[in-house]
Amino acid sequence: MAMIDEPLYPIAVLIDELKNEDIQLRLNSIRRLSTIARALGEERTRKELIPFLSENNDDDDEVLLAMAEELGVFIPYVGGVQYANVLLPPLETLCTVEETCVREKAVESLCRIGAQMMEQDLVESFIPLVKRLAAGEWFTARVSSCGLFHIAYPSAPEALKTELRAIYSQLCQDDMPMVRRSAATNLGNFAATVEAPHLKVDIMSMFDDLTQDDQDSVRLLAVEGCAALGKLLEPQDCAAHILPVIVNFSQDKSWRVRYMVANQLYELCEAVGPEPTRSDLVPAYVRLLHDNEAEVRIAAAGKVTKFCRILNPELAIQHILPCVKELSTDSSQHVRSALASVIMGMAPVLGKDATIEQLLPIFLSLLKDEFPDVRLNIISKLDQVNQVIGIDLLSQSLLPAIVELAEDRHWRVRLAIIEYIPLLASQLGVGFFDDKLGALCMQWLKDKVYSIRDAAANNVKRLAEEFGPDWAMQHIVPQVLDMINNPHYLHRMTILHSISLLAPVMGSDITCSKLLPVVINASKDRVPNIKFNVAKVLQSLIPIVDQSVVEKKIRPCLVELSEDSDVDVRFFASQALESSNQVMMS
Amino acid sequence: MNGGDEVVTAPAGPPQPLDWKFSQVFGERTAGEEVQEVDIISAIEFDKTGDHLATGDRGGRVVLFERTDTKDHDALRRDLERMDHPINRHPEFRYKTEFQSHEPEFDYLKSLEIEEKINKIRWCQTANGALFLLSTNDKTIKFWKVQEKKVKKISEMNLDPPKAVGNGCVASSSNSNSPTPGLANGGSPDNDFSFPPGGLPSLRLPVVTSQETNLVARCRRVYAHAHDYHINSISNNSDGETFISADDLRINLWNLEISNQSFNIVDVKPANMEDLTEVITSAELHPTHCNMLAYSSSKGSIRLIDLRQSALCDSHAKLFEEPEAPGSRSFFTEIIASISDIKFAKDGRYMLSRDYMTLKLWDINMDSGPVSTFQVHEYLRPKLCDLYENDSIFDKFECCLSGDGLRVATGSYSNLFRVFGCAPGSTEATTLEASKNPVRRQVQMPSRPSRSLSSITRVVRRGAETSGVDANGNSFDFTTKLLHLAWHPTENSIACAAANSLYMYYA
Repeated sequence: MAMIDEPLYPIAVLIDELKNEDIQLRLNSIRRLSTIARALGEERTRKELIPFLSENNDDDDEVLLAMAEELGVFIPYVGGVQYANVLLPPLETLCTVEETCVREKAVESLCRIGAQMMEQDLVESFIPLVKRLAAGEWFTARVSSCGLFHIAYPSAPEALKTELRAIYSQLCQDDMPMVRRSAATNLGNFAATVEAPHLKVDIMSMFDDLTQDDQDSVRLLAVEGCAALGKLLEPQDCAAHILPVIVNFSQDKSWRVRYMVANQLYELCEAVGPEPTRSDLVPAYVRLLHDNEAEVRIAAAGKVTKFCRILNPELAIQHILPCVKELSTDSSQHVRSALASVIMGMAPVLGKDATIEQLLPIFLSLLKDEFPDVRLNIISKLDQVNQVIGIDLLSQSLLPAIVELAEDRHWRVRLAIIEYIPLLASQLGVGFFDDKLGALCMQWLKDKVYSIRDAAANNVKRLAEEFGPDWAMQHIVPQVLDMINNPHYLHRMTILHSISLLAPVMGSDITCSKLLPVVINASKDRVPNIKFNVAKVLQSLIPIVDQSVVEKKIRPCLVELSEDSDVDVRFFASQALESSNQVMMS
Repeated sequence: MNGGDEVVTAPAGPPQPLDWKFSQVFGERTAGEEVQEVDIISAIEFDKTGDHLATGDRGGRVVLFERTDTKDHDALRRDLERMDHPINRHPEFRYKTEFQSHEPEFDYLKSLEIEEKINKIRWCQTANGALFLLSTNDKTIKFWKVQEKKVKKISEMNLDPPKAVGNGCVASSSNSNSPTPGLANGGSPDNDFSFPPGGLPSLRLPVVTSQETNLVARCRRVYAHAHDYHINSISNNSDGETFISADDLRINLWNLEISNQSFNIVDVKPANMEDLTEVITSAELHPTHCNMLAYSSSKGSIRLIDLRQSALCDSHAKLFEEPEAPGSRSFFTEIIASISDIKFAKDGRYMLSRDYMTLKLWDINMDSGPVSTFQVHEYLRPKLCDLYENDSIFDKFECCLSGDGLRVATGSYSNLFRVFGCAPGSTEATTLEASKNPVRRQVQMPSRPSRSLSSITRVVRRGAETSGVDANGNSFDFTTKLLHLAWHPTENSIACAAANSLYMYYA
């Protein structure tokens, strides 16, 4: 047994470890299954490896999951598509395990294999497999079977097709809610493969069953099917069959079902066409915007823009806009926040006049909202409005909102607004920025929270990029450099960090004349942390500045630091020196 | 329903009182043996089929029992039926396996010790012959899978086992950086490692032989950090995908497959904790309607909520409360009104609640008051003062309903438990003791004077070891309380816990 040639040794270990005690090693071997298969050759893979895997299926879920995944791409290793059916038995057992993620992966792999199989093989081995799973004793098998019908159905002969439809209909009425949920989830996929006449009869009756299920959890999955089915049907059939269902759902007793409708409704508008949309879907949507349950209103509010894009502007102004106005003063902050995150997108839909007349007051009131998320969401989408009406109309209200957010007591809010500053700067223009926001940007560099200081340093860099070095020389650099004398060493460190970020943007000249002296000066700092940061910054400046400057200014300073009494300072200084040597060599 | 109920053949009128017999005991104490604290049973639960029974104890262990009589007797029963014999089989269980579900923990942030004691066990949907259950202590819920696993023996390795061990570094190296670049750069092993088209004949797959199997319990998921207070209930939903957990102030909804988030659906915590007047004591989901949830409070009310109405169900759909009888108020009124357990009947129409002195049966269509009230140990009423002083008045007794919904049962002191008939007109009220002889001595005593005289009720007394006997000859021993019991889902069989022993009875 130990007669293994040296080059084969790793493969032999890999094979042995398929059954190692240690799960990590087994997992590793399973992930290398293709290597093992190639070492064994196609025939032995078919005759030995695959049966071996089929028998050893009571392993840990992690291993089974990996196995299900590997088998999905195994066709080349068993000798090509004509042998694909040998892969079905191990995957069939994996379709019945208790762990959902393993089953899902096995179904996915089966679909992948089934899609490549030859028609005859599908009929001879794949379809019987689907039928076995669908008749499985445990619900786990039946759950898995639902996801395979759309692969099995197209190649089945007529009689088998009828049978498959009947089986699916049974699954839709299974005792176990888990099976019905799976049937509901996969109905859209299956329906896409079914011929039009059967679609209208068989599939629709299954759909009706699901929509009337006692379990909320099944009904709400049926909602998802509405949109998928709607797209398959002719507009008039869709209006006749799907529309009443969705209108019903929009008034379902369960808020979870209504929530799903609120999320999906806009997708149906296209399927049913403009007239039913106007007469049925718009009123349904308006109802959802007025729903008692905040969660439903959140979902509905979040889709306002998408819905309006489908409607013509008059309808939107007439029906949706009044609701939007109400939602902007909703009692739930999350509803207002959801609205604020999409409402700016309505401006292009409604056009300039309607935006100024109707939307602007809403923007303004949301900008004054007591809840910071709402304000932030408005600010983050400012560019969309700017395109339609220009920013001037908003700027008056924007400033107080920004200032308030900039000084918010929660550092995450401050962080969020800093990240929008470059966007604001680009939208508002240099003039506005100089007057109002410049001071704020400097203030953040002295924030109590590190993340804010860090973001502020980055912000300074992005502003310099946005407005160019000349502007930055006037409005940023002097102020930043002033702060190097701050008594707090952490703030001095922030400035060093800002300098290292600014230097590449500002270019060689300014770096040499303005930034470098400040850094060199800082090397005399009494705090070692500052000194080794000086070393790091100097290192980052080396590629930017001229060779002569490195020789004359940077290296002497680094040499000095490399003889410092502090070990860390010496370390970083010598590291910087080394990199300067390398630059010189090249 | 088919076993014990055969006696009940009277076409009209209430079913006859059941004649309870001892069936089995697990962990019986020998005389003088001291009970270890960790062995005391703290939870009992039958699974949906009644083929399995689980108990949890204060030591954090879960013990599973399986029914033995169904499998063996199937063939036999047919013979018996042919011979027109009455079937006298009753559920019998045997020890199946046990596992350590919870360990003692320490919450460093709150400086709190977390006991390992199992507060509740709930069975989940069986799949592929594997058993699934949820168990919880005060803070952490765990999802367990118990499954038979083959004991594997591996032979025919490519490498001699000793050699493989000796070169452990090589064996493990296939994990990360293997000696052969072909393995390490998994992207394109073809280039570095070429195999002959027919494969390498010298390689062989390990041969696995396995004869025996053994039961393995694996913790599949841990649902933690969602409760600020102690968890008093967990309950599975009929949708098979969610469950709830309740503590003193909140009820959370979980998906069985998602352990890192839950949704708060009930929150009774007032803005100011000084305004707190009522806490949640027990919660259960409806057996068939996935959207209905009932929870009980320390003030003696039960609230039924509809999860469909709203995401946060702070307002109830129905409130079940018994109007207070005028003039009966005392210092103890509120304390003894506190509900310690609620259960839905199998059909979901009725709910059973247990407060300190009574069992109450409620019709969910009638919120004005209970359909019936059963006095559990009325003779303790004069002793409430003593019970308060030794804290017994805060004991949390569980209650259960029979599968057919005709009877209810609950525990009391001195290891007694009581079974009441709740069918209309029934006067059944039996007292049993958790011992090998449940009906040791029968004393005629009308425990419910309001009922007709025909009621034949029994009261038993403990033997010589009884610690206290009151003037009426009733025994009470506060230290031996029977808190936990469960009724078999399909047959008249009760499992109850007396300290560390599990007693089973049938009728």
